[in-house]
Amino acid sequence: MGMSNFLQQLANGISLGSLYALLAIGYTMVYGILRLINFAHGDIFMVGTYIAFYSMTSFLLPWWLSFLIAMILTCIFGIIVEKAAYKPLRNSPRISVMISAIGASFLIENLAIVLFGGRPKAFPIPDMFNKVVKIGNVSIVSVNFYIPIITGILLLILLYVVNNTKTGMAMRAVSKDYEAARLMGIDVNKIVSFTFGIGSVLAAMGGIMWGLKFPNLVPLMGLMPGLKCFIAAVVGGIGDIRGAVLGGFILGLGEIMIVAFLPSLTGYRDAFAFILLIVILLLKPAGLMGKNLTEKV
Amino acid sequence: MLKIKDLNVHYGGIHALRGINIDVPKNKIVTLIGANGAGKSTTLRTIMGLVRGSKGKINYNDTDITNKETKEIVEMGAVLVPEGRRVFANLTVEENLTLGAYIRKDKSEIKKDMELVYKLFPRLAERKWQKAGTMSGGEQQMLAVGRALMTKPKLLMMDEPSLGLAPLIVKDIFEIIKEIHRQGVTILLIEQNAKAALEIADYGYVLETGSIVLEGEGNELLNNDEVQKAYLGETK
Repeated sequence: MGMSNFLQQLANGISLGSLYALLAIGYTMVYGILRLINFAHGDIFMVGTYIAFYSMTSFLLPWWLSFLIAMILTCIFGIIVEKAAYKPLRNSPRISVMISAIGASFLIENLAIVLFGGRPKAFPIPDMFNKVVKIGNVSIVSVNFYIPIITGILLLILLYVVNNTKTGMAMRAVSKDYEAARLMGIDVNKIVSFTFGIGSVLAAMGGIMWGLKFPNLVPLMGLMPGLKCFIAAVVGGIGDIRGAVLGGFILGLGEIMIVAFLPSLTGYRDAFAFILLIVILLLKPAGLMGKNLTEKV
Repeated sequence: MLKIKDLNVHYGGIHALRGINIDVPKNKIVTLIGANGAGKSTTLRTIMGLVRGSKGKINYNDTDITNKETKEIVEMGAVLVPEGRRVFANLTVEENLTLGAYIRKDKSEIKKDMELVYKLFPRLAERKWQKAGTMSGGEQQMLAVGRALMTKPKLLMMDEPSLGLAPLIVKDIFEIIKEIHRQGVTILLIEQNAKAALEIADYGYVLETGSIVLEGEGNELLNNDEVQKAYLGETK
């Protein structure tokens, strides 16, 4: 285990962490606005990846156009899921909405099996993402550089929208006090749709980059990442975007480092996320960046 | 300006409003007094479309708003300062005010109105960049009123603006209500502080378990024996 290996694993961990962060943001934003855990989020991520796959393989579109189309269509898909599965239950008890979320997740997964087939598909990787870059005696696949850069750009745009635009302000207002926001004439449904749209775009981009890194597409590919990113959001403090990013990186880096430095525990790499969740819930239930819950009442 | 006719509201099995009639004429201050649970807040929430009535009509400027969306009602110039202030605690003072003008597009006018709010509440100007949640109750109430003013209301409704505030600040708040009224805004005020409310009101209604039991000019009610006994704690 030398320095070069460490750097290689670090690059791996950072890119995996970036992907987790992108997906975790979707969970945290939806929770912030609706106090709902969108169990279908991992499946939206899967749908985004498949759309990019079919754009490239069936419609033979260039990769950048395929990625763009995937982001747009997934955005629309996410909004439809909200309108169909969550909006009719806006005034119902939270447990009903949660059950609806689980139902939506199963529905999307099984529809995907029917439509896309259960056999794994190979995500085509454009050359520029598949180059091996050598720095000294460390060799890193170029996608591992692109992922954090693209994630960083998306994050900056997101933070700008949330902090500096009127819609972003309205999002924060709705997440704090749904009814007071309505009293100011804010169309809460529009803000909710917007939130799902953004979360879905990030999930699509996360899915595409996931495909570039792990080019093995199956209809249930969103399950584990979805679960882990939910954990990342909770670890960071659900409802807080920066927390979701932090949680994503802790999870991604932790997972890779365990595999790298404790090879005998490789079989437990997925367990790491859940152990982390248990520890955080015991020690700091509001999450690392979470504030005390009394404020949310 | 606002006419409520035979309004009934059912809240999950409870008959919260039992056919009330209220008339708020233009440029007047009208107050609705009554004990806890009498249906005062429900009345305002129904006007704003947060709660739907089961029977009856609400007319605003000769338009039927009974089934309109909250957003449309705000756009028509009616706004509610909700009970318990409900400012956006995680947003700065300035952001709260900006959101008050959410439905408006006239940027330069919005800026002017914000200056007016800061003039009306100098305390808010000092705390522009402070998170609303870190301010005192009185300051939050000022912000809630300021935020409502940013919608450029013609009808301002207030739900217990004096709740939980120190007597001196309550006095300030009532002064400000009078000032806003002088600027041509019609006011519908709900208060448990019946005396203060009736003193500034042109007309008042007394609500008891969902029905209006008494109505009259502000002074008239102030001197009414029943009102004095029930709400002002005075015996003659």
